[in-house]
Amino acid sequence: MSKEFIKGNEAMAEAAVRGGCRFFAGYPITPQNDIPEYLSKRLFEVGGTFIQGESEIASINMVYGVAATGVRSMTSSSSPGLALKSEGISFIAGSRIPAVIINVARGGPALGTIQGAQQDYFASAKAIAPGGFRCFVVSPSTVQEAADLVYEAFEIADKYRTPVYVLTDGVIGNMMEIVELPPMRDPEEMLSSDAWRITKYNDDSSARQFSTYRPTGEMLTVDNIAMAELYEEWQEKEQRWEAFMMEDAEVVLTAYGSAGRIAKSAVKELRAQGIKAGLIRPITLFPFPNKAYENINYDKIDKIFVVEMSIPPQFVYDVELATKSQLDYININTSGGVIVETESIVDKVKESM
Amino acid sequence: MEKSLLIAGFGGQGIMLIGKMLGFAASKAGMNATFYPSYGAEQRGGTANCTVIIADDEIGSPVSKKLDSLIAMNEPSFVRFVDRMKKGGVVIVNSSLVQSKVEDKDVQAFYVPANDLAQQLGSAQVANVVVLGAYIGATGVLDAAFAKQVVAEQLGKKPELLELNMKAFDAGMEAVKP
Repeated sequence: MSKEFIKGNEAMAEAAVRGGCRFFAGYPITPQNDIPEYLSKRLFEVGGTFIQGESEIASINMVYGVAATGVRSMTSSSSPGLALKSEGISFIAGSRIPAVIINVARGGPALGTIQGAQQDYFASAKAIAPGGFRCFVVSPSTVQEAADLVYEAFEIADKYRTPVYVLTDGVIGNMMEIVELPPMRDPEEMLSSDAWRITKYNDDSSARQFSTYRPTGEMLTVDNIAMAELYEEWQEKEQRWEAFMMEDAEVVLTAYGSAGRIAKSAVKELRAQGIKAGLIRPITLFPFPNKAYENINYDKIDKIFVVEMSIPPQFVYDVELATKSQLDYININTSGGVIVETESIVDKVKESM
Repeated sequence: MEKSLLIAGFGGQGIMLIGKMLGFAASKAGMNATFYPSYGAEQRGGTANCTVIIADDEIGSPVSKKLDSLIAMNEPSFVRFVDRMKKGGVVIVNSSLVQSKVEDKDVQAFYVPANDLAQQLGSAQVANVVVLGAYIGATGVLDAAFAKQVVAEQLGKKPELLELNMKAFDAGMEAVKP
């Protein structure tokens, strides 16, 4: 396989095509515009369809409709755009339809700033929209991981009939890095959509249709129990993380996404200075990788450094849950729009040791 | 080995282009590289900058507070970034447009009149390729052959442009020779 020096947004767009995406609808917003720009040309080369919708809301509803016919579909946007798409995502989740959603997030609230940011943690991992549903949420730290996760997102979406949500930001979206792109997936190898795709009426008047309206509590209970069981299955089978230099770590850092790669630089620098640091880097944000934190030696470790580009911090609450509140939680955080510096992480760790 | 470089200048000086070309060259050399552009509220005629990191291992942060190298293509960029140099770092100063001098004795400065050299070769447009050559010559971070191969691929579609850009690269290498 050949390697390419490619921009994060373009790598995700190409990985989507190779992962089987044949429909994209979206509405422009920085810092994700390279995704629709790339797909506006690329999708037609593979017989797919690209639509620049008249709005975010129209775009997500097109994805809802097209995905319901069994075509692998995707949309992308940035934080305030995702707010507009949230109702549509709720309907996709409620209808148990696969789709892929990329958020190249900004700082917030409101229009915020377009530079790297992690202010959308709760809005992505906890409550995309009302109704208590979750998406399968992943967050890449490198352009390679971004491409690999988008590629696989279509498989996960089909397997569990769920929206898969890729949370990233302007750091990963706008940087270029050397990447080995995944191969074009053979349609023969993709999961059949027969089980869930809408159909016309058969001779016996049966048809598969969707309805997200559940007029009674009893009906809704059935759906909600199925939803709860699905999330339990993810917790059991799908937790993903990277443990970096954790074997002999005496100082533990944790961070995800773009802050995750910067924390990794800090771990290397701390090691170079003789401090045995390690990093737990969640890759799935939902299911949250609780298992990663079970391996911490709680007899020796009494604190954890939580790095995130969000003020106030958000990710730290999941870390506290995963570690059962057994540690001191030291936040190293910058506001969305301000990229956390390796040096400031190193200084804060040394100061607090 | 991990080396950080910040390239800064006016929008239109081809800052981003040489940053990307370094990434392509690192890729050819079998190394790792990141290219991170400043983006957002930049104005025409204002400063543009990008950070390139080249390493033989995995790269963490794509930006760096302390720099191994700086290419300053204009005066405002020089003033803004020159204090971020590491000890022993390398600054390539486009002395056609930058009047200031490096005061830190622990930093190696190379004064390359990139616009004048480019003009002498026939086009001020290739000043960025001159400093690219100077950077490779001064730091040896990559084999010049990989960088020249990328310059040829990216800028050498027409034979006369190929020759001009190759000469510009060599002029930059020559300018930093001891």
